[in-house]
Amino acid sequence: MAYDYEKSLRPGKLPHIWCPGCGHGIVMKGLLRAMDTCGLEKNNTALVSGIGCASRLPGYVDMCTLHTAHGRAAAFATGVKMARPEMNVIVMGGDGDGTAIGGNHFIHACRRNIDMTYVIMNNFIYGMTGGQFSPCTPTGDKASTTPYGNPDPTFDISKLAIGAGATFVARTTAFHATQIDKLIAEGIKHKGMAIIEVLDDCPTTYGRRNKFRSVVDMMKRLKDIAVPVTAAGKMTAEQLEGKILTGVLYKEDKPEYCEQYAKVIARAKGAK
Amino acid sequence: MAKKVALMQGNEACAHGAMYAGCTFFGGYPITPSTEVAEVLSNELPKVGGKFIQMEDEIAAMASVLGASLTGAKVLTATSGPGVSLKQELIGYACIAEIPCVIINVMRGGPSTGMPTGPGQSDVQQAKWGTHGDHATIALVPASVQEIFTETVRAFNLAEKYRMPVQVLYDEIVGHMRERIEFPEPGELEIINRTLPTVPPEQYKPYDTSFGDVPPLAAFGSGYRFHVTGLNKAQDGFPTTKAEYVDAEERRQVRKVEGEVARAQIELNEEYLTEDAEVLIFAYGSTSRSARYAVNELRKEGIKAGLFRPLTLWPFPEKRISALGKQVKAIIVPEMNLGQMNLEVERVVKGSCPVISIGRVDGEPLNPGQIIAQVKEVK
Amino acid sequence: MSKRYEIRFSGAGGQGLITAGIILAEAASIIEGKHAVQSQSYGPEARGGASKSEVIISDSPIDYPKATVVDACLAMTQESADKYANGIKKGGVLLIDSDFVKNEPKGDFKVYKMPIMRTAKDVVGREIVANVVALGAMIALTDAVSREAGLQAVLSRVPEAFIELNRKAYAQGFEDMKKILG
Repeated sequence: MAYDYEKSLRPGKLPHIWCPGCGHGIVMKGLLRAMDTCGLEKNNTALVSGIGCASRLPGYVDMCTLHTAHGRAAAFATGVKMARPEMNVIVMGGDGDGTAIGGNHFIHACRRNIDMTYVIMNNFIYGMTGGQFSPCTPTGDKASTTPYGNPDPTFDISKLAIGAGATFVARTTAFHATQIDKLIAEGIKHKGMAIIEVLDDCPTTYGRRNKFRSVVDMMKRLKDIAVPVTAAGKMTAEQLEGKILTGVLYKEDKPEYCEQYAKVIARAKGAK
Repeated sequence: MAKKVALMQGNEACAHGAMYAGCTFFGGYPITPSTEVAEVLSNELPKVGGKFIQMEDEIAAMASVLGASLTGAKVLTATSGPGVSLKQELIGYACIAEIPCVIINVMRGGPSTGMPTGPGQSDVQQAKWGTHGDHATIALVPASVQEIFTETVRAFNLAEKYRMPVQVLYDEIVGHMRERIEFPEPGELEIINRTLPTVPPEQYKPYDTSFGDVPPLAAFGSGYRFHVTGLNKAQDGFPTTKAEYVDAEERRQVRKVEGEVARAQIELNEEYLTEDAEVLIFAYGSTSRSARYAVNELRKEGIKAGLFRPLTLWPFPEKRISALGKQVKAIIVPEMNLGQMNLEVERVVKGSCPVISIGRVDGEPLNPGQIIAQVKEVK
Repeated sequence: MSKRYEIRFSGAGGQGLITAGIILAEAASIIEGKHAVQSQSYGPEARGGASKSEVIISDSPIDYPKATVVDACLAMTQESADKYANGIKKGGVLLIDSDFVKNEPKGDFKVYKMPIMRTAKDVVGREIVANVVALGAMIALTDAVSREAGLQAVLSRVPEAFIELNRKAYAQGFEDMKKILG
């Protein structure tokens, strides 16, 4: 029987704004299945985003949704979570939003290890504004603002998250649809900051400038470059050239921020 | 019973005023000369189960308070000029999404880093026009330690009542000086909380104007699900580009503060010897203390000077200033900037009397002698 | 005492002069029920540099919160004497630490000299209470508040373990000044 997505969507809000072939819809479906798996209550779940194509996602979902300003999602979400720690807080956003204008908020949310799940849809480009290069656009690639090829080095979002202190970091791609919900669900269950990077495709503003003939070509590439982290150990350096690791890349148990602050409250009230 | 009294700094009084008002969340970033507000609240808030968070930057501090406010908390952030410049983006967000919050701006010189430990009043127009787009502004300008306490309480009340950001602007002089303060007893000052929805969740719309110009605001996590965005939105909270919806919402958001009924409830002024005044001094914040000193000295010499001191700077007291402009020979506007509110006074009196600016921007307080000399010149 | 009385404490940052100003303002406003305002200016450095703290005491509400012409001034260092011992009222008073202020500021005011730091270190026993020695001396010199109010304000500010030390420092400063005044 087909999975019922409609029960989690707001009536009358579709069609969404995403282009045909965009992977954001795949990620949204993964999120809805994951929320279901985890049994999240709609009334008790905040879905927070910044600005960009990916950040429009919360508007379609029937939860407490907060579409903030460009890059600020993690900082708003921190306020929501701190003020109401019993709420589940999930951030949805893109690579430019999360790691360029929102980079500072992203790393500090990771550092605090505050209990939220941040799904970052990395399509290597600023899609909404028409295809300017982002911190994740591969060096040498074309974007509307890199007509001679991108001179910038790139961020590895997952490594960035691990380095900044996130205690659950996983990566998959829009091609691996069934892995998306599993990883998001694991992230939701994890106590602390969970980053799930989903490599995504933007056929409209990235694909056509970079010699991808079709959405299928882009999806094939996502499939081809993905290597499960569990398999990587048996592979040589040459075999791993140009590949990206997928699956749970990092997991650690560390004190969570709201729990730490609860101890501050206890001390302020006189506990030893 | 004798009231609790203390000698404290304006910044400390601000923090205690916030606690009195029922603040339960502070998000901030360290900046001179406002830091004591954060320091006191880091100590006081957890005692009552409230939350204090020092964020990674000024923008994040503003974002955190807005997120917290949406869960129903009464929220505060405190900063100074450079921090307010950074916060403008999300002050605009708070305006359009109609999220109650209080922003303390302990003003110093500028632009840019300026003079961190010197006083200034150069953010008064920024308070009105700092963020982009049309919007209403409420800004309060206390002038003493006691008043910082009471005006911080009033700022919370107005933020909650009108569902919007309220700024409290005072300068480094009153922020850092110590004066005696009498703490109001609990219940002595009115405390206003935001209006919560009375309709069941399935009927709730976050911008439902059938409840008036200030629609009730539900809290995330309280059983109401709704959407909040910085895009122009319709009454249901979802983005729209329909001209009639956008226009109606924009006009309502300005009207809710600048409409006549609202103005009467928001504006607060003090007049000192204005009945027979021939020269009016329009002054606010610490400069109003210099002005009052000057008025007393001038009256000793038989010069009929009077003082108009707004406690609510925005919305601007248009009606009363317009009337006084017709009564007096001149209005003098001393301020620690190069004539920002002077412009507004000029706009309102529409040429009915000369309006003379005394500006000071060297990091020193504007002293009574400067005002006295200027009044004598126009006499 | 005139209606509005202005006192300035100046010295090096870290010498506790802002605290001395706060204690005097507390004595005046909380203990004696007068009006008082204390303010300060400081450089960006947390220690060293010249620092000043000003207290205005009045029988009526204080409008202008900063010093206009000070009635009394304390200078603990040469730098602070050069920088802040100006604008003293005609007939006002200046107290200097005679070990450190060798170039005595000149003006239409009376200069009093005490080895304040040395008194704190050798007579009271701890250099750290030099600000309280100075406060005792300034109160004796100016009568800005009563001796008892000053002492009460000092003691309400210090931790239990330092009460005796501060009581001694305050008394020493007060008595030494009374001897100078004769």
